[in-house]
Amino acid sequence: MEYQGKELFRRAGIPTPRGVHATRPEDVRAFVDANPGSWVIKSQVMMGGRGKAGGIKFAESGAEAEAFARELLGKVLKNAQNPDGEAVRSLLIEEKVAIASEAYASITIDRAAKKPVAIVTSQGGMDVEEVAESHPDAISKLWIDAAIGFQPFEARRLAFAAQLPAGYHKAFPKIMGGLYALFMEYGANLLEINPLVLTTAGEVIASDAKVELDDNGLYKHPELAAWRSDGPADEDQAAAVAIGLGMSNYAKLDGNIGVIANGAGLGMGTMDAIRNAGGSAANFLDIGGGAQAELVKKSYALVTSDPKVRAMFINIFGGITRGDQVARGIVEALAGDDLRKVPLVVRLTGTNEKEGREILAAAGMTPVETMDEGAQRAVALAKG
Amino acid sequence: MAIFLDKNSKVIVQGITGREGLFHTQRMLAYGTNIVGGVTPGKGGSTIESGQPVFNTVKDAVDATGATHTIVFVPPPFAADALYEAYDAGIALAVAITEGIPAHDMLKVVATTASMRIIGPNCPGLVSPGKALVGIMPGHVFREGRVGMISRSGTLTYEIVDLLTKSGLGQSTCVGIGGDPIIGTTFVDCLKAFANDPETDAVVVCGEIGGSDEEDAAAFIKAHLPNKPAVAFIGGRSAPKGKRLGHAGAIISGNFGTPESKLAAFAAAGVPVADRPSDIPNLVKERLSVRV
Repeated sequence: MEYQGKELFRRAGIPTPRGVHATRPEDVRAFVDANPGSWVIKSQVMMGGRGKAGGIKFAESGAEAEAFARELLGKVLKNAQNPDGEAVRSLLIEEKVAIASEAYASITIDRAAKKPVAIVTSQGGMDVEEVAESHPDAISKLWIDAAIGFQPFEARRLAFAAQLPAGYHKAFPKIMGGLYALFMEYGANLLEINPLVLTTAGEVIASDAKVELDDNGLYKHPELAAWRSDGPADEDQAAAVAIGLGMSNYAKLDGNIGVIANGAGLGMGTMDAIRNAGGSAANFLDIGGGAQAELVKKSYALVTSDPKVRAMFINIFGGITRGDQVARGIVEALAGDDLRKVPLVVRLTGTNEKEGREILAAAGMTPVETMDEGAQRAVALAKG
Repeated sequence: MAIFLDKNSKVIVQGITGREGLFHTQRMLAYGTNIVGGVTPGKGGSTIESGQPVFNTVKDAVDATGATHTIVFVPPPFAADALYEAYDAGIALAVAITEGIPAHDMLKVVATTASMRIIGPNCPGLVSPGKALVGIMPGHVFREGRVGMISRSGTLTYEIVDLLTKSGLGQSTCVGIGGDPIIGTTFVDCLKAFANDPETDAVVVCGEIGGSDEEDAAAFIKAHLPNKPAVAFIGGRSAPKGKRLGHAGAIISGNFGTPESKLAAFAAAGVPVADRPSDIPNLVKERLSVRV
């Protein structure tokens, strides 16, 4: 969230407005009473467009700030992009800066170029995708050679190309250098400053901070993993991690046929096959490579914990995953009374296919031969 | 010839004494891959049960065996280091099986090791059927033949190859390029090699949602592959926007990475896109017969 992003910014020497993070209205009051002036009360949420959703207020006194804090904390902010909304759990109280100009700066990964790319425009404070559409010429991009790292001349080139007002020029290379250092050090998919404010006093300050981290890099900074869990954790991701899957290996969908597959590609292919057969998947679940029986059982439990699941299709094409382990997991899942049972179709081929089929046969199960056949059978079972 | 790998390629295994490394070393040997040794720091001087020598460093292994290819089974925190070590020792091609390598490690690796071909990471490896297999793919589904196959997915590759094989279409080389955002070898890199391979008559491109590798592949096929028919498949066409489905790279963000964009690109290149994997063999046969 913003307050965490700004904590990272400060570590990298990127100037941010003076302020405090708070979760209780009385703390907000105490801070503003002790620091008289104009303050902005900003809801700390993951969703974009919080200003339009009423999540940002301006206060001139401690009493006013406390009243706004009471109003915002616990409130569910909604807008067109986020119809379900997001509850406000904490606030960032920041000094109101006198804005002379607003720019935009970000660094993200360009997959096709296999390079970090820096994006800068003088039209800050707006949705950068809108700027890209309405004024593509106003956006300046620069691809960074990760072998060399980001250099000050690249920031100067960006600043001139984006026609940033002269007031930005002195501070800009240090800010972009700090942003790049954070990008590599913390493994960010995206670091965004919008707006990057030039104040009437001539200071350049990151007025907002957006940070999206690469899950694979989190192990390098365990303290950031703790930050994540402060936020409104994605329930699907939490459920996946709880049973030992990767956090993006399970996602609930709208249909009624549970899916378990090994490998993301086969998982997606299985969802598609179900749709082609006239049905709809209730979830995506990739048991990954080399899953043991216990994980298969837990995956079965996770999928059937969703009450809308009326049938299940387990589709395994073993490479690193071994058919006997999968079969054992299925048999164990079906053995006890502790798990909800749904009509099940199994397709099992690849590594240790023969052993797997023997285990299933001993439990009275016959796998289908192909993915198409399995999808059709599962769709029929869900309707029946 | 095939691409990237043939039966004379000398292969070492980085992480050869680990659980997965050892298991797949045996399977690769059974397939006929010329595995000349492996690397596990601290276990240099020993041999594994099947007789291949273990070295402490990649340099020792290359000096002793003349290895040109490596397959990396080491855990994510050490994978970038393993790739740098392979590059430093003069390895020509490295297959990175490891899932979960930080994207920023790979940004630095690809920026600094350009003369070494990296397949993956987070990939099933590659196989030139009948010649050699460097990866974790189930060897028995492949058959030697003249169809090239490239894929972002492991298991979906097995699915499609199995269908090709059962319909009588063998494969020249199959490359699983990996599902991560930053990968060493793209579809276009593979297509360039297939374009020059006299043993490849047709190409199957198995893509998925997310990124723009499929669009780039379509453009390359249109411009540079006039004489080799291509057929495509896109996994995840029924996926909703914004959900990350297993592969770190498989996500539709905004209007980017959508199946519509990929379908349009292949249509513009005259490449048929199969609705289901089981349609692929017939599409390949149709395209080959039109050409002949």
